[in-house]
Amino acid sequence: MDISSIVSPENLVYAKPEIMNDNHMHYCPGCSHGVVHKIIAEVIKELDLQEKTIGIAPVGCAVFAYKYLDIDWQEAAHGRAPALATAVKRLNPDKMVFTYQGDGDLAAIGTAETIHAANRGENIAIVFINNGIYGMTGGQMAPTTLSKMVTSTSPDGRDVQMMGNPLKILDLLALLDGVCLATRVSVHTAAAVKKARRMVKQAFENAMAGKGTSIVEVVSTCNSGWKMTPADANNWMVENMFPVFPIGDLKNI
Amino acid sequence: MTEDVTLMKGNEAVAYAAIRYGVDGYFGYPITPQSEIIETLMEAAPWKTTGMVVLQAESEVAAINMVYGGAACGKYSMTSSSSPGISLKQEGISYLAGAELPCLIVNVQRGGPGLGTIQPSQSDYFQTVKGGGHGDYRLITLAPNSVQEMADFVSLGFDLAFKYRNPAMILTDGVIGQMMEKVKLPEYQRRRTEQEIREQCPWATLGKTKERGPNIITSLELDAALMEKNNERFQAKYRVIEQEEVRYQEIECEDADYLLVAFGSAARICQKAKDLAREEGIKVGLLRPITLWPFPGKILNEYAGKVKGMLTVELNAGQMVEDVRLAVNGKVPVEHYGRLGGIVPTPDGVLDALKEKIVK
Repeated sequence: MDISSIVSPENLVYAKPEIMNDNHMHYCPGCSHGVVHKIIAEVIKELDLQEKTIGIAPVGCAVFAYKYLDIDWQEAAHGRAPALATAVKRLNPDKMVFTYQGDGDLAAIGTAETIHAANRGENIAIVFINNGIYGMTGGQMAPTTLSKMVTSTSPDGRDVQMMGNPLKILDLLALLDGVCLATRVSVHTAAAVKKARRMVKQAFENAMAGKGTSIVEVVSTCNSGWKMTPADANNWMVENMFPVFPIGDLKNI
Repeated sequence: MTEDVTLMKGNEAVAYAAIRYGVDGYFGYPITPQSEIIETLMEAAPWKTTGMVVLQAESEVAAINMVYGGAACGKYSMTSSSSPGISLKQEGISYLAGAELPCLIVNVQRGGPGLGTIQPSQSDYFQTVKGGGHGDYRLITLAPNSVQEMADFVSLGFDLAFKYRNPAMILTDGVIGQMMEKVKLPEYQRRRTEQEIREQCPWATLGKTKERGPNIITSLELDAALMEKNNERFQAKYRVIEQEEVRYQEIECEDADYLLVAFGSAARICQKAKDLAREEGIKVGLLRPITLWPFPGKILNEYAGKVKGMLTVELNAGQMVEDVRLAVNGKVPVEHYGRLGGIVPTPDGVLDALKEKIVK
């Protein structure tokens, strides 16, 4: 049988979201970023928000997020995405504004911007990729790096006495009155992806409804930085990351 | 017919002029001696009238990045601060220049370094015109010398910023910010609609339409060859600005034997010093740079062929004097007189310095 007789529109059961373009992704095979990008593209399409969405890209591995989704984007300085999003949303209240940030961006250099945007209850969505490491710069310790976890700046493992504890910033954010949604998801199984997609959709709906700040933390893998195969990285995340960063809603009102 | 003239502080004039110009967003953080700008805006509550957004940010860093977000939407976005706060904004200013975003920043300078003093100073000249942040960039810099110019330069600053897609700064100081003078505020101009912004700023990130591809505002380009092209584009733009936008004021320069060169509050003091000198028969003129970048070097070079010497007067240890010397290129002596750390020079002090250093 000729393959071309099978590849036809009526047999199509799955397709790349049309908001995702054909640019080659720079992410490592096995990395969670690609899956989360796809989820965002699907949700924007489903909510018919392509013409209303402004994304704010961070500094870190997702610095080039703007290359892959065909929406308007602003590239922020390291950690400042919530400040940009604050102004974009306040000056354009009818738009859907989201930031996409890693753990170093959101929970280290951008802590003040994150906390205060959330505390003001800015009507934005924050997608937060927590993989416990600085990927782009080559695997240094992040604020969310686990105790005893080896990175290039904690080569003998993170010594919490010397280097501080992994920062559970979502727990902090959940305490703030401006936050309407603080939830942790993952994307390592089909079921988890489905759940993550549901929470991203709710976050974007919250932003449009003016309910306050929504934060979706995606507990993620960095198999290159962790120096593991993608499958091993998934298992390691379940065994080691989930106990410290448990999956589920911390706040959903 | 009575003119619409009021008495107010320079800082207040900036706030009212911003509302009347149709500014979309102001983002700031309190710091002396410029807090009246955000206080006046909060008191005026323009969100109830023109729809202008006013927000007190958690820091100067956040405020300048809010300006970046607003500017990237093509909105008239501005912030203000004073020297230590402006230092904090330098990262954001560099990103604004790198992403070619138009906006207005007001620096009501105080004496430094460090926390310094809350008294007036002009010691951020280098930081402003030589690039306080990283990278090869330039800030369009306007130096008002009156409350009237504080009001007028809000619109001039935005006009130039949007004409060239480049951040602009009003570089003023605690004297001009705090002193009260009569001022005629500009006429009200309504804020632009989203459709008008989309037409004027086709690059603005206001949501992708079917008619165009995604708009991306970024200063990042990892390919060095392309980044060099970006830089060459910036430099070409800067050369045009240097050609087209130099502004200065000449006061009694025609017959002058000596020239005082000063900007902002120092120029006001020099106006009196010039009068005192002329009363003593010394023919002194005053050349006041209005744009500090682009710098009026050409006219200074022309005067170097006519006068016997120049004295720059600055509220600093000698910053603009370097640009005057570059322009004059050794043709005549150029000396500097300044007071430091928040002390404002007197007209008599300027006259004494002129006699001691230049007239002799």
